Amino acid sequence: MKRKHFRMIQRVYLVLIFSFMYMPIAIMAAFSFNQSKSRTLFTGFTFKWYKSLFHNEMILRALGLSLVVAFSSAVFATVVGTMAAIGINAMGKRSRAVINNISYMPVVNPEIITGVSLMLLFVVMKDGVAFLNARFGLTLPENFFGLPTLIIAHISFNLPYVIFNVAPKLRQMDIRLYEAALDLGCNPKQAFFKVILPELMPAILSAFLICLTYSIDDFLISYFTSGTTQTLPIVIYSMTRKKVSPEINALSTVMFLSILAIILTSNYLDSRRDRRER
Amino acid sequence: MEKNKRLSLPYLIWMAIFIAAPLLIVVYFSFTDQAGHFTLSNITAMGDYTGVFATSLLLAAVATVICLVLAFPLGFYLSRLQVSTQHMMLMLVMLPMWMNFLLRTYAWMSLLEKNGLINRFLGLFGIGPFDMINTSGAVVLGMVYNYLPYMILPLYTAMVKIDQSVIEAAQDLGASMFQVLSRVLVPLSMPGIATGITMVFVPSVSTFIISRMLGGGDTLLVGDLIEMQFLGNSYNYNLGSAMSLVLMVIVLLCMSLTNTSGEDGIEGVM
Amino acid sequence: MNEIISLKDIVVDYDGEPVLTGLSLDIHDKEFVTFLGPSGCGKTTTLRVIAGFEQPKSGNVFFNGKDITALPPYKRQMNTVFQKYALFPHLNVFENVAFGLRLKKLPEKEIKSRVLEMLEVVGLKGYERRNISRMSGGQQQRVAIARGLANHPKVLLLDEPLGALDLKLRKEMQLELKRLQQAMDITFIYVTHDQEEALTMSDTVVVMNQGDIQQIGSPEDIYNEPQNAFVADFIGESNIIDGVMLKDFQVGFAGNEFTCVDSGFEKNESVQVVVRPEDIQVVPAIRGQLTGIVKDVIFKGVHFEMHVEQAGYEWIIHSTQASQPGELIGMNIGPDEIHIMHRMEG
Repeated sequence: MKRKHFRMIQRVYLVLIFSFMYMPIAIMAAFSFNQSKSRTLFTGFTFKWYKSLFHNEMILRALGLSLVVAFSSAVFATVVGTMAAIGINAMGKRSRAVINNISYMPVVNPEIITGVSLMLLFVVMKDGVAFLNARFGLTLPENFFGLPTLIIAHISFNLPYVIFNVAPKLRQMDIRLYEAALDLGCNPKQAFFKVILPELMPAILSAFLICLTYSIDDFLISYFTSGTTQTLPIVIYSMTRKKVSPEINALSTVMFLSILAIILTSNYLDSRRDRRER
Repeated sequence: MEKNKRLSLPYLIWMAIFIAAPLLIVVYFSFTDQAGHFTLSNITAMGDYTGVFATSLLLAAVATVICLVLAFPLGFYLSRLQVSTQHMMLMLVMLPMWMNFLLRTYAWMSLLEKNGLINRFLGLFGIGPFDMINTSGAVVLGMVYNYLPYMILPLYTAMVKIDQSVIEAAQDLGASMFQVLSRVLVPLSMPGIATGITMVFVPSVSTFIISRMLGGGDTLLVGDLIEMQFLGNSYNYNLGSAMSLVLMVIVLLCMSLTNTSGEDGIEGVM
Repeated sequence: MNEIISLKDIVVDYDGEPVLTGLSLDIHDKEFVTFLGPSGCGKTTTLRVIAGFEQPKSGNVFFNGKDITALPPYKRQMNTVFQKYALFPHLNVFENVAFGLRLKKLPEKEIKSRVLEMLEVVGLKGYERRNISRMSGGQQQRVAIARGLANHPKVLLLDEPLGALDLKLRKEMQLELKRLQQAMDITFIYVTHDQEEALTMSDTVVVMNQGDIQQIGSPEDIYNEPQNAFVADFIGESNIIDGVMLKDFQVGFAGNEFTCVDSGFEKNESVQVVVRPEDIQVVPAIRGQLTGIVKDVIFKGVHFEMHVEQAGYEWIIHSTQASQPGELIGMNIGPDEIHIMHRMEG
């Protein structure tokens, strides 16, 4: 009897908490097919918001920019971060602890502060360049706010995540693997590329994917470092300020479905690999 | 080995320039005026904003407590599932997190509006309408909704390490359900609780999106103040830096209170 | 027999802590040599010096008479079977075994035939496509051995390779390794702390302790003629007692005089006497050279182990017949069974 009660409470609780989490998303998806612009009354089914979404120059351009920033910063962060993880792994306990603390800084700091501080840095740099130009008659670019600053900012907040992904894998890795490679005739370089790197590859790949998603998703830090250029989240922000266009519902739905598709595919691939190995 | 260490050099240089230096610049701006002279006026000006800081701390704390209460049973439930179902359920928890934060918050705007869906629904039963949007309640709701997964995941990570036999042993020794909770589950989940608290509290206390979208102009938070100094109408880098500095100190204090070691925190989320 | 590996005055220390203290050793070609000793005795370090993973602080390593001290591991004609196998998890069985061959850029056909041959030798035919993580410890061990042998090394180094296996599998693998060594006709250098393993497999046993060699010899020599108390104690169970060499072929210990086969000691030199537990004959008390009281009797499967107190010393005796605890028994020791050792310094 008591157990039965408990089961029921559990079920109700689960239903409530998951509907809390999914209801807003579901309603947005539903209203992306709404004929009228109303956000509360469903007046008829249509695809027109999707159509206009895919013809919205501003959104498409922002999406393009977001992808460029995400890919370039993720590639850079993954390479430099992986190198760093290997370097840190070779260090003594104490210097490793110091560096780890530095790495945690951008992670635990409120994003707004990372954003603001980077913005200040770029402002100071801009003043510095202006000063140099004036002093020595140079023509260095003064207004670099935009793509360069965005990429720098994204690399900065992504780097620690690469290290946090790769470093544990390195620590787990049997040092004997490296020795075994040398033993079988690899020189140190070959040993790295034939044994260490393939071993780390899953971790590096997942680090890369994390960087991509964080970068595409980031609003706060981009907001402070983008100048007048607009990444996708910044466009979304300006759209939410206007509160009107149902395109935003369509965009949410599209984004949600693409993420769902990516996750399901990667899961499917994982499970298929598991099965093959068995 | 020695040669390997040098591989971390680019990273260290990068972090020095783009993480450490900017924070130092924030400190520098906090203690100077617009002409670059040393001053304490930015810091003393903080006195005028005590109310805003208090509101931010209060709303963030309330949101954190609600998250903890909501997430604890769910975290436990997830940790007791079979591995295969666990995978799927975890995914269900994380999925909304991958939805853009702005869109998630926006969704609540249309739900909470004066003639939004919730009021309309309640209207069917003759209740309401309530003023829900542009209240501090709406801001707390936004925080809870957005950061709930950050509480669930660390709790789950901590709880999944608790062996079922430990719970059974407690029951065997005569612990009631409540005693199992208070004497075994909570103490053993402590690392997860600490991580979860920081992971919810820090973004909540520093947000400006949620307050702007769901709190209207009425609920002003520290994040709003800072944003206004840098990109908004107030436009005062020095004052903004001072606010950021104070916020940073608050966050550090909160972290040292919950004694979150960073590593666990990261593991919980990724 | 020619020496394939020679170590000359090898000194290794970790952070000032001495690990090898001037070790010298010759290893003959095509022998099964075992480094035996307790943990921390330097046996694994010696192996790593030979493999090239460890640079000695001083001393030289010679391979076929050539100094290879500075040669990196990948240029040495030796391969190692690691303690926990160190198989590459990202490669399947075939690719693990083929790893060294691919580095040598051998033609695909030869790689294939050699890998299959090696897998057959270790009894893993048909497992080529298997994922490493899906294999048992014993199977992984075989892959590791096949991988080491595939390169056709002159010397195979094995670092406690059977340590992670259960007893039965271990016994099987011991025989198999011996068979492999004879079939491949190369030198095996094997590291273990298990004396039984060492005695079963080896042509030559090198007993080590505290960074230096205690004794080198055939398993029979090591067992029957331990050169010092450490070796005697480490190899099998033994009774080690203080004694005095009265004259050639006559030794006194435990309050009696015994005839022995040793000579060349100084008159009245104080020595240590080793008697193996199975070499003590149990006789009725009146006929014993020594008499003692049985403290306890433990059944050990093939024999009984008895602890017998005699004049303040506790003897260990292995006998197929049990006496009763409390019983007074006699003990006889033949001249051949008495091993005399010089006293160890310290």
